[in-house]
Parts: sequence; C-alpha cells; structure tokens
Amino acid sequence: MRIIKLAVAAGIAGMMVMASSVQAQQAPKKEETGKDIAYNKSKGNCLACHGMPTQPDAQSTGLYGPPLIAMSARYPDKAKLRAKIWDATASNPHTSMPPFGKHKVLTEQEIDKVTDFIHSL
Amino acid sequence: MKKAILGLIGLGLLGGAVNVMASPESDRQEMIKYYTTKYPNIKIDDYVYGALAFDADSKAQYDAIMEFPPYESVLEKGKKMWETPLKSGKTYADCLPNGGKNIAGNYPYFDEKAGKVVTLIDAINACRVANGEQAYKPGDKATTGTLTAYMRTLSDGMLMNIKVEGPKALDAYEDGKKTFFSRAGQLNFSCATCHVQNAGVRLRSELISPAVGHTVHWPVFRGGDNLVELQTRYVGCFKSVRHISAPAGSEKLNNLEYFHSYLSNGLPMKASVFRK
Ligand code: HEC
Ligand code: HEC
Repeated sequence: MRIIKLAVAAGIAGMMVMASSVQAQQAPKKEETGKDIAYNKSKGNCLACHGMPTQPDAQSTGLYGPPLIAMSARYPDKAKLRAKIWDATASNPHTSMPPFGKHKVLTEQEIDKVTDFIHSL
Repeated sequence: MKKAILGLIGLGLLGGAVNVMASPESDRQEMIKYYTTKYPNIKIDDYVYGALAFDADSKAQYDAIMEFPPYESVLEKGKKMWETPLKSGKTYADCLPNGGKNIAGNYPYFDEKAGKVVTLIDAINACRVANGEQAYKPGDKATTGTLTAYMRTLSDGMLMNIKVEGPKALDAYEDGKKTFFSRAGQLNFSCATCHVQNAGVRLRSELISPAVGHTVHWPVFRGGDNLVELQTRYVGCFKSVRHISAPAGSEKLNNLEYFHSYLSNGLPMKASVFRK
C-alpha cells in the first residue's frame, strides 16, 4: 500500500517516457558500469520493464518483461544473452523490448557492459 | 492495411486467421474481446477511467479529487469564450449542430465533400473562420484547450458514436489503424505495444491504460492544472518512444483520432477529468 503510493509518486519522473535530454547532456565523468547503464533512465532503463530480484536497489520496477534472475544458468552462452539485448525482436517479433543495439539506443561497448552485469544476476 | 492486420495477429487478436474483410466494427469487437479475455473482472464501461480501472486505490483518489476539481476556473474561462459572440455577432452555438450540445461523440467524422476527417476542433475552427475570426491552433491550451474543456461538458453522458461509411472514410480509418499498430521511433513501439499488449501492466510504476475508453474524456488536467488535449497526448506518447510526431491537427493524427475514437463507440463522454 505505502509502497504503491510511493511508486505512484516516483512514477512520472521515473518513466522511460520522460527520459530527459538534460540527463543525457550531463554525462557523468566517472566511467559508467554495466549496472549504471542498465539503471539509467535515458540509456538501458531496464527497470522500466524488468524486476531484478537479487538487487535490493531495483525498486518499483515495471512488469512488461520477466524478472531477470539466475541469468548465467539460463544463458550459459553469454553471446545469446547479448543477442537478446542487442535485438529482442530477432527471437520474438512481437516483443515490447526495444532493440538496444540494432537501433543504437546503446553503443556496442555499453551493451557488452550491460550483458556482463545482467549475466551476473 | 496488411501491416495493421499483422499487428492484430501479433497480439493474438485474430486468433491466427487472417480476416481480410475486417470491418471497423469487427476490429472493435476483437479489441474488446482481447481485453475482456485478459481481464474478465473489469467491465468495459470502467475503461473510461483509463489506468484507474486497474487500480482501486488510485481510482478512490481520483473520485476524491473529482468532487472539487482543481481546474474549475479554466472551465469558467472556457464558458466565457463559448458565450462570447464572434465577429459576425453569432455564437458557436448558432453555427454548430444542435447548439453545440450532445455532439462531441459524433466527432471526428468523415466529411465526404472535403474528403477528409473533421475533428471537433476543426468544426470549431470552421465556425470561427465563417464568422470572421482566425482559426485556433490545434493543441493550444489557452484557446482550443480551454474552449473545448467547457464545450465538451455540454456532451457529458452522450455515447461515442463514430461512423465509418463509404470507401474514402474507410481509407482514413485504415490509415489511423496503421499508425496505431506500426512500430515507430528509436525505441520501436507501436501504440498497441503499450495500450493493447501491455494495458493493465506497469511500465516502471506507471500503470498503462487500455485504448478502448481513451477518447471519451478530453481534455485531461494532468496533476490537476496542466491541460492536455488528446492529440497533444499522442505527440507526447510518440516522443516517449523517441519518434518525431506529426503535429496536432495534421491529417495523420486526425486519422489516428478517427480510428482511436471508433474503438470507444458506445461509451459515455465525460469532460474534463483529472489525471496524474
Ligand atoms: C519496454 C520494455 C522493456 C525494456 C525497457 C527492456 N526489456 Fe528486456 N524484455 C522485455 C520483454 C517484454 C521481454 C520478454 C519477451 C521477449 O522474449 O522478448 C524481455 C526479455 C528480456 C530478456 C530475456 C529474459 C528471459 O527470461 O529469457 C533479457 C535478458 C532482457 N529482456 C534484458 C533486458 C535488458 C538488459 C534491458 C535494458 C538494457 C531490457 N531488457 C529492457 C521488455 C523490456
Ligand atoms: C512506451 C509506452 C507507450 C507508448 C508506445 C504509447 N503510450 Fe500512450 N501512454 C503511455 C503512458 C505511460 C501513459 C500514462 C498512463 C496511462 O494513462 O496509460 C499514456 C497515456 C496515454 C493516453 C491518455 C490516457 C488517459 O486516460 O489519460 C492516451 C490517449 C494515449 N496514451 C494514447 C497513445 C497513442 C495513440 C499512442 C501511439 C501513438 C501511444 N499512446 C503510445 C505509454 C505509452
């Protein structure tokens, strides 16, 4: 109940929809980790759609996609995981997941980093 | 057309059978069947509340706010605009059908002579121009927004009643349908990805509304005082998927509104409402 209210309050600002260019301009000086990129609303914004049950700071996540957990067991081949992130429509044409690599939402290096992070979940 | 059908198949709306003879009415029925199969406990009549239909807590908050709407002063302003005579001395009530009452649910309609879709804002603008005034800019809060916020209350309770008759009207409807089902933008979403496939599902903490029921309650006042017209919302949703939208009042968005409004046929109009 409380959580839902908080989530609602955080909602508008937190939506991928609001990904602000302001944020994009203030690119952090420190090198972003895979986790930073995955969480960044104007980059991966994975939390808009996926829970990450092993990450305590993954709060009020969306439910478009399945929770990302036990990924190394489910994707023993990291290349398959990377391919899913690069273009989810290749394995599922009706997916709601944006094609992060194909549409250049993330750079190739960013996708490598995100893949490593997701694989560790 | 083909793409739109593919979209429907993708959503399981056509159960795999290519329904080449799809009519607007069968599209609407398929869409309703899709939602009611997925959410058997929610009545289609409640879809006029958008995402609130899926969340009793937020609906209760909405009901409390609607007891004393924070945007009353805008409606007052709109009423004054509505009653102020145009340059010719005539009022909007003189030049719109039925004195402007109980008509909002007939818009948009397809005008055979003009060969295009006419929205309520187009009709108001035609009235202005015919009576010596300049047309208002669609999507402008201070003019079309404020005026329709009041004018549309005169149609509260009327049932949405969009007609698609004749081949040219059907073309416009199909064009709107194509826009609705086509993926766009860097993030590769169609309207249907969110408002059909993921209606009732959370995108981050934002609960997504169904497309049926979308068009009956405009404009909305987001956060209580930010007036947003329907086509401005289209532009915003396009922007959210990093797509450069056609502007409010364009043929593309008018056709989208035509298709989108048809989906709400039979549902009661209500202007204006609060939205988060
Ligand atoms: C707008 C929604 C959305 C966003 C944003 C999104 N995803 Fe997804 N994701 C989905 C959906 C829906 C599926 C399930 C359908 C499918 O297989 O494509 C999915 C599936 C996946 C899968 C396969 C899961 C499995 O169980 O096999 C992985 C891995 C994944 N996403 C990773 C990511 C990463 C990493 C990001 C951010 C860089 C991300 N997703 C952002 C919607 C999204
Ligand atoms: C990435 C997800 C996404 C896409 C794609 C999207 N929308 Fe939305 N839309 C939202 C969110 C989030 C809201 C605010 C919550 C709600 O009411 O559903 C919203 C709200 C709306 C509303 C207002 C509902 C109300 O009652 O206040 C309308 C109308 C709408 N969208 C139409 C469209 C149309 C038409 C398209 C395609 C051009 C579209 N949307 C594409 C996410 C999306």
